[in-house]
Formats: sequence, structure tokens, C-alpha cells
Amino acid sequence: MIQCKTSKAIGGMGHSMKRKEDARFIQGKGHYVDDVKLPGMLYMDIVRSPYAYAKIKNINIEAAMKVPGVVAVVTGRDLEKYNLHWMPTLMSDTQMVLPTDTVMYQAQEVAAVIATTKYAARDGREAVIVEYEPMKPVIDPYKAMDPSAPVLRTDKAGKKDNHIWHWEVGDKAKTEAVFAKADVVVKQDMYIPRIHVASIETCGCVADYDKVNNHLTMYMTTQAPHAIRTVIALVAGHVGLTEEKVRVISPDIGGGFGGKVPVYPGYVIAIAVSFLVGKPVKWIEDRSENLQADSFARDYHITAEMAGTKDGKILATRFKVLADHGYTDASANPSKFPTGMFSIATGSYDYDTTYMECDAVYTNKPPGGVAYRCSFRVTEAVHAIERITDRFAFEIGKDPADLRLQNFIHKDQFPWKSPTGWSYDSGDYHAGLHKAMAAVDYENLRREQAEKRAKGELMGIGISTFTEIVGAGPSKDFDILGIKMFDSAEIRVHPTGKAIARFGTKSQGQGHETTYAQIIAEELGIPMENIQIEEGDTDTAPYGLGTYASRSTPTAGAAAAVASRKLRDKARKIAAYLLEVSEDDLEWEPGKFHVKGAPEKSKTIQEIVFAAYTNHPQGMEAGFEATHYYDPPNLTFPSGAYICVVDIDNETFEIKVRRFVAIDDCGNIINPMIVQGQVHGGLTQGIAPAMYEELIYDEQGNILNGTFMDYLVPTAVESPHWETGHTVTPSPHHPIGAKGVGESPTVGAPPAIANAIVDALSPYGITHMDIPITPNKIFKALRDKGVIK
Amino acid sequence: MIAQSFQYESPGSLSEAISLLNKYGDDAKILSGGHSLIPMMKLRLATPAYLIDINGIPGLSHISEDGGIVRIGSLVREAEVEHSDLLAKHFPIFRDVTKLIADPQVRNMGTLGGNLAHGDAANDHPAVMLALRASVAITGAEGEREVPIDEFFFGFYMTAVQQGEILTEIRIPIPPKGTGSAYHKLERKVGDYATSGAAVQLTIGEMGVVTAVGIGLTNVNSVPLRAVRSEEVLLGKPLSEETIALAAQYASEDCNPSADLRGSEEYKRHVTGVLVKRMIHKAAERAMQ
Repeated sequence: MIQCKTSKAIGGMGHSMKRKEDARFIQGKGHYVDDVKLPGMLYMDIVRSPYAYAKIKNINIEAAMKVPGVVAVVTGRDLEKYNLHWMPTLMSDTQMVLPTDTVMYQAQEVAAVIATTKYAARDGREAVIVEYEPMKPVIDPYKAMDPSAPVLRTDKAGKKDNHIWHWEVGDKAKTEAVFAKADVVVKQDMYIPRIHVASIETCGCVADYDKVNNHLTMYMTTQAPHAIRTVIALVAGHVGLTEEKVRVISPDIGGGFGGKVPVYPGYVIAIAVSFLVGKPVKWIEDRSENLQADSFARDYHITAEMAGTKDGKILATRFKVLADHGYTDASANPSKFPTGMFSIATGSYDYDTTYMECDAVYTNKPPGGVAYRCSFRVTEAVHAIERITDRFAFEIGKDPADLRLQNFIHKDQFPWKSPTGWSYDSGDYHAGLHKAMAAVDYENLRREQAEKRAKGELMGIGISTFTEIVGAGPSKDFDILGIKMFDSAEIRVHPTGKAIARFGTKSQGQGHETTYAQIIAEELGIPMENIQIEEGDTDTAPYGLGTYASRSTPTAGAAAAVASRKLRDKARKIAAYLLEVSEDDLEWEPGKFHVKGAPEKSKTIQEIVFAAYTNHPQGMEAGFEATHYYDPPNLTFPSGAYICVVDIDNETFEIKVRRFVAIDDCGNIINPMIVQGQVHGGLTQGIAPAMYEELIYDEQGNILNGTFMDYLVPTAVESPHWETGHTVTPSPHHPIGAKGVGESPTVGAPPAIANAIVDALSPYGITHMDIPITPNKIFKALRDKGVIK
Repeated sequence: MIAQSFQYESPGSLSEAISLLNKYGDDAKILSGGHSLIPMMKLRLATPAYLIDINGIPGLSHISEDGGIVRIGSLVREAEVEHSDLLAKHFPIFRDVTKLIADPQVRNMGTLGGNLAHGDAANDHPAVMLALRASVAITGAEGEREVPIDEFFFGFYMTAVQQGEILTEIRIPIPPKGTGSAYHKLERKVGDYATSGAAVQLTIGEMGVVTAVGIGLTNVNSVPLRAVRSEEVLLGKPLSEETIALAAQYASEDCNPSADLRGSEEYKRHVTGVLVKRMIHKAAERAMQ
């Protein structure tokens, strides 16, 4: 089990310390953006388009201006005067803040109503009369690629089609050659549906422009406050809001999951209005606006192929993707990776040939492509490889567990160079799958399944053995808008030996206030109770790129460890001075330095820090502070082996997940309880797209499930009992050997569930089902096969 | 999610409520538990100018037994239905149905009367009341009238309750010994409206012959549907796999579901049959206990 180097009183790595932040969260004392109330604050509500594609003929604000309390109605024409009607996306595409002529998707922002209360703002919104001339929208991404399709982005000079970009990786010719000669080739089209992060807190902000001091304070729901400050300065520098005049504060956040990385038009309008009227402006989305207009995730149409031998050796894979980005590419990927880390799709398997390509298109749907609890398109990649692997096993009649064990990269092969150029840092895939199979009693389950099948009952067992790729990332490859994807920690230890540490990341529920304190406690021996963690205020925290893509532990967590080690080096010098010995004669134990061979001669870290302020050696800088900007040498590669067992009612086709075993390997574990909590949440967000969630549009681009009545977020009732466990393969390049875990379960669970359901239905000739798999879909599939009349 | 402004009235008596309803006419809506009306108002799908809150009216919150009839006041909450021993004694179906309605918080506020008076075939109690052959008391300025449940539902959101009237009581005949009842619905997730639902009450007499039967269906027709042919094929005969299969088949054929996000028309017909079969079995099991 996990060995702890520190005592529970210090609470370093490996201790299941209770989360420091929970005291305020469970008592309703969190401070979220909607809790911000400023004197004279105005409220903003947004008029949204009922059409997916339409010309705006006229916006009549007369009646709205007569609603008591309404002070202004802002349209695209108003913003155009200040050249604020367009903004860049994080992918260097462009997006309207408010339209001047045309709306491009349903629920797009059309005008903003500003009022003295939120009730008046909503009444004003209802009173704005917009005249539209609807046009025929392009909804299907395949039709969008058709040469005869109307060109949607007429705002882009010379644009002649709806194609955004083409991406490819791998060796096309070699892959074709291997496929041509292979014994067995399987091919499967699969759709990874458009879904939404649906965090409990919607997005919002309070923009507070101070005319006298020409200073903007922006309270907002953002996972990346520092990057946002830079973006604001880039967009609004021309009206005087240069970067030192902008302070972004990200207070407590009720779930982000990637959906709070992009800049939404509402934020920009609020800033513009506050700038123009000189008063604070609050904008808080309601649930439907959040679901209908804010960035979606996934929406990848994938054709996956695998070539192999008759006895189960994987030889090559090929993936062709069509990515529907909606009206603009508003993904939040590192700049050089338009498909994110999709190239991890070669999976956990030892073969050297692959070719992948992706084309992105515009449609009349909301923009996005955010990394929903997933390191940039890894969920899509893992679904593709894990489904096609099962498809291959089924084709040759081999047990999918045996086939995986046969093909895994062996633990001695790490660091392993993948065919798409990644260097997997470490892993022990055999150990993980063996542990999961033992936990679930795999052999007995297969026996039980055979008996049930003989009686016509539907039981399925599904496996997913995934490799994640997280912790973006090394500066040579990773940037967003040119800013390198390092992250930072700044530690200040006060004279009495208590500390405050600040970070460039931003927790949205991950528990940073606890885990970062544990890392520093591990390295410095200061009790984690005495270490206060702060994030989210650009005036006080060091610059960093924020929290998403499981990057906080790999980057800022590493920065915390390295900064702590700088301080430990200083502590050694002070201890040597105090004990009148040479530095080499000192030995570190958690919380103190003692003289080698004389453990009674020691100085605690608290004594040492006190001396740094009261009795520091001549020539040494006083104080006890360190900062580190950590540029990771490589990404980290967490992995997992998940096994799901389902029973399907053979009359109603309701699916019951009987068991779900998740064995994760996230390297060294900082706080086992937080890891378990992360895995529980992530698995629930994995069952969501597998069985429940999908944003559905009709041919006119109308969203059909724009509320939680029909967009089915699973609850505790739908969640099975999760059985979790782990193997520990430390990352060799990370200072504390940790890899990150927040996203593994979201990434790994959907194919395990899909594989289990397909396995249950396989006696009836069903070899694939697109997620979300519902009773209605199973009924249709069995009916199409003639099993049900 | 903010309602349009409205005037709120909280009458202290039934007669005061009725006179307010008559005064404001079509511009008024009755507020009971509010779990259908308030969301519609917040989405501005309903924009009543006057809201008549009947929660302060005494005498509408009883569950009592009287001369072979169980009387349930229209303000009785779902949670009270769920936990009533009197109802559980005669009608085990109520424990089935209430735990499938929304979630505990909603059941603490939502009322049985509101569930019926909303006139939505997707609600669960209408099918139950069809199976139990209930009747409904409606009170207006002229006094009270009693309407059999089969004459209560007129159309989408339309019931026998007319302008100036309030649904005041639900009356259910207590069935003889040898009766069992059961309800189940399929839902996509907890708290969802039914993909399909079936309510069954059966009385099994001597020699196992079915002497009374009621079958109601949820959300597979524009109004709550009584499965007439299914009832007929069971009545007067001993229960058998054959009659049960026919009852299921008729329900599947006679319902009129529309395809939506809950499922295709074919799937809904299919599961309606399955549910009718299962609920007949369950009701029969309870009848024989």
C-alpha cells in the first residue's frame, strides 16, 4: 500500500487528509461569482436568437427601454463603434461578440439589456423585438463538407468552403501496406456525441471598471485567470485597458470541466458596458443559456480501422475523423494541436504503424470543442481505440482481455516511443488489468455469462485499458496564444513557520487547497494545516496557464515541490550555521535537519525559518520565500484498467451496471481520498455520455434538449457502486512521481460501458453501438436484426 | 428563469378562492404544489396575471375512510400519500407510484389534486385513478359536483374543472378482499416523466376468476388512457398466461404514443405491453396475499 514519509500531523503525501476547502463548501460559505455584490451594480441579460441561421433585419429596443429599471440595450452596432464586436478564439479563429448582420446558431447572443435589477433586465429582454430573415442552416457536418454547401463564414475574406483545417500524423503509405497484407482488418464508424460539461454553477462575471483610475476588476468564472487577463489586454488594449490595468479574480468555482476555459461573448459585453457606463455590471447565465450556448465538447465522427493477425497481434491502426466545431473553432487546445492529444489513439498496445487524419468543419451550431474533463480529445481517442480493439477481438473470436494482455506494451519497454511521436513515461498495463480481472472475478463472470446466454438473458462484460496523456506541457511544443504552458508556485514562509503559497492554476473543486499543501508539507515538513493555498487573483498569484487537462499536479504541483526544495536548500544552510556544522554533515528528516550520527542535535524547520528572519547568516538574503515556474520535460501518461458488467432487461432493454471496477495508475498518490473522490466523479461523468447525455439538434438547428428535463445528467440514483483501486507506477520525470488523475475515469469509462453493452448483445450479431446507448436504441438494434418483431 | 410579474392572492377559504377565480377569469391560475405551474411561469410559457394560492384553505388536506370510500383532499402532498397507512392498506399502488414521482423535495410540495388537475397525460396519478375507478369532487360557486374519472380528462391540459372551479377531493371506492394493485413506469433517469407507465387493479374472486379490473396507461396517449380491451379480456375469466398476453398485446395496440426523445413509437408500444403484463402479475400476486 501507500508508504507515507511524513507523520499524519505533518500530513504530507499519501495521507488521506480531509479537504481544507470543504468546511466552507458544505456550510454554504463558498464565495462564488454570483455572491459578488458591489455598490451601484447593474445587471445584464442577453437576448438570444431563436434561429440557427438568419439575417437580422432590425432590432427594436423602444419597448425595452420603457421597462422600468432598464438603462440600456446594447447591440452589435453599438460595439462596432469601439471595434469590440468581434473577438479572437483561443484557436486563433474569430467569433462575434454581438452580431451586426447575421446570427450563426440558435441561442447566439443578439443584444444585451442592462438594468438596475436582474428582474428588470429579464423583462427588458422579453421586450426587445428582433426581426429576422431565417436562412437554411447547415447542420450535418458531412453536408457542410459538400462542395455545394453554402459557405457559412462569409465574414472571412476569400473563404470558399466550410473546411477549417486538416490535420494528420503517422505514416500513410506504410499503414496502407500493412493493412493490404493483414490477415484481419476491422473497420467501424463511430460517433462521439456532442455533449456539455453542465457544471452546477453556470458561467458569469462582474465587470467593474473604475473610470477614475482607469482600472478594470473582472470577477469571473474562469479556469485560467492569468491567460484571460492577457486576452483582455490584447482585445481591449486599444481602448486603454492594458495588462497592468486589469485584474482578474476567479472566486470559488462550482465545476469547470473545460467549459470555463473559453471567453464567452457575455464576459466581453459586460466589460464593454462597464467601461462605457462606469458602473459594475453583473452577468449570470441561467441553466438553459449555459446548456444551449456555451461550448460543447466532443462531436467527433470517427472511422476507426485495425489490422492484425488471426491469432490477435495488432499490426496497425487507421483513424479518420470529421470534427464538427459549430460556427467557429472555439476549442481550447494548445496552439500546435488542433485535434488536441488525439494522437494518443494508438492506445496501450505495442505496434508501430498508424495513420490518423482529421478535418474540421463549420456548421450552424454553437461553437466550441472544449476538453470536457479530458486532456484535449483524449476521450475521443480512447473510445476509438478501445472500441476497435474489442471489435477486432470479436472478429477473431478471442477474449478481449486475452487480446489486450497479448498486445500491451511491456513495463520494461518504457519510456516507450509511440508511432505518433509521444514518449510514454512509465506504466505497467499487465499489472493493472490482472488486478481488475481478479477484483471482478473475470473467469467466473464469463462462465455465468455463458449460462445466462443459454437462457436468453442479456449480460455483458466490457473492458477498457486506456493510456491518458496529461500535464500540458513542455514549452517546446505547448502554448496557448503563444504563452508557454508552464505553471507556477510561490511559497512564502512566515517567521513563525506558517506558510502561504500561491499558484497560477485555479481549483474548480479538485481540492488544490489540500493537495498543494500536502506537497509542500512533504518537502518542508511544515504541517499542511499551517499552509494556506491561494489561487485565482492575478494581482497576487504568479502567472500560470490554469487548471484543465489534468495539468495542475503535473505542472503547478511539480512547481510546488521544486520551490519547496529551493527552500530546503536554504534551510540546510541556515541549519548548518545554527548548529555550527558543515552542510554536508546534516541529514534531512521530515520537519528537521539533524547532525549525522547525532540525531539529538537538530533544528526544526520552524526554528530554521524563525532564524531566517531573526538570525540569518551574514551574507545570506533574509526571509524565506521561493518561486518556481515549472516547465515539464515531458507529459505524464496515467493509465487504467476498467471492467464493467451490465445486465440488460430482455423485455424493456433497461441497462443496469451491475459492477464497475476501476484500477487507476496515476503514479504516486498525494491524497488517496481525493483521488478516490476524483475517480468517483469522473466515472459518473463517464457513464453520462455512455448512457444518457447528448446534445440533439433537428434539421433546422433547433436544440431538442436544451434543459435538464431532457438533457439527462445522471444522478446518484443512476450511478452504480464504483469499485476503485490502483497500481502505482511513478512518473520518472516528475519531481514527486505523480501523473494526474482527474480525467482518467471520464476518459476510460465510456468504452468500458459501451463494450459491455455490445458484448451483451453480441450473440445477436450486434458488433457496435454508438453512445449514448439507451433502451430505445437497443430495441431498435435488435429489431433491425430481426430479433424482435 | 424569472417569471413575468403577477399579482399574488392567498384566500383563506374556498368561497373566497372561488370568488377570486370568478373575478379574474382566464387571467388567473390556481397555485397548489406549484411543481408544474412554477417552472412554466419561469420559462414564461405560462404568464398568469393573478396567482390564486389555495394552500391556505382549510379542509383540503385529509385522507379519510367513510362508507366504503377513501377521500383524499386535493391539497394532500405526494409525501403524505406515500406515507399514509390507510392508503397502503387498501391500495399498495400508491407506494409504487409516489416513489416514482420526481424526487423527495418535489413530493413534499406537489399535491395529488394538482397532479390530476394539471391535465397532463405524462403525470402518473391519472392512470392510477383510472385503474382505481376514482371520482373527483369539483367545487364552484354553485356548490360541489362529482365527476367520474373517465369523464375528467378532456385533452392536453384540459379537464372537467371549469373556470371558477376548484378540484377539492378525490374519492376512491374501497375494493373487496382479494384485490391487488400495482404501478410502474419506465423513465430515462430518476425524476423523469414516463416513457410509458401502467397502473393495474385486479380483484380475484372464487376459482381465480377476475371479478373486477382497471388498467390505466401513462403518457402513451394525448389524454390518460384506459386500456379497455385489456380489461375486457381479463374480466370474468381466471387469469392465465394467455389472457395476460392478450391484455398486454391489446394495450400495446390501443395506445397512441408519439415518438420523442424518450423513444420511438414502436418502442413505447412494446414496453407498454411489457409493463401491462408485469403489473397484472404484480397486482395478482398482491391480490392473493
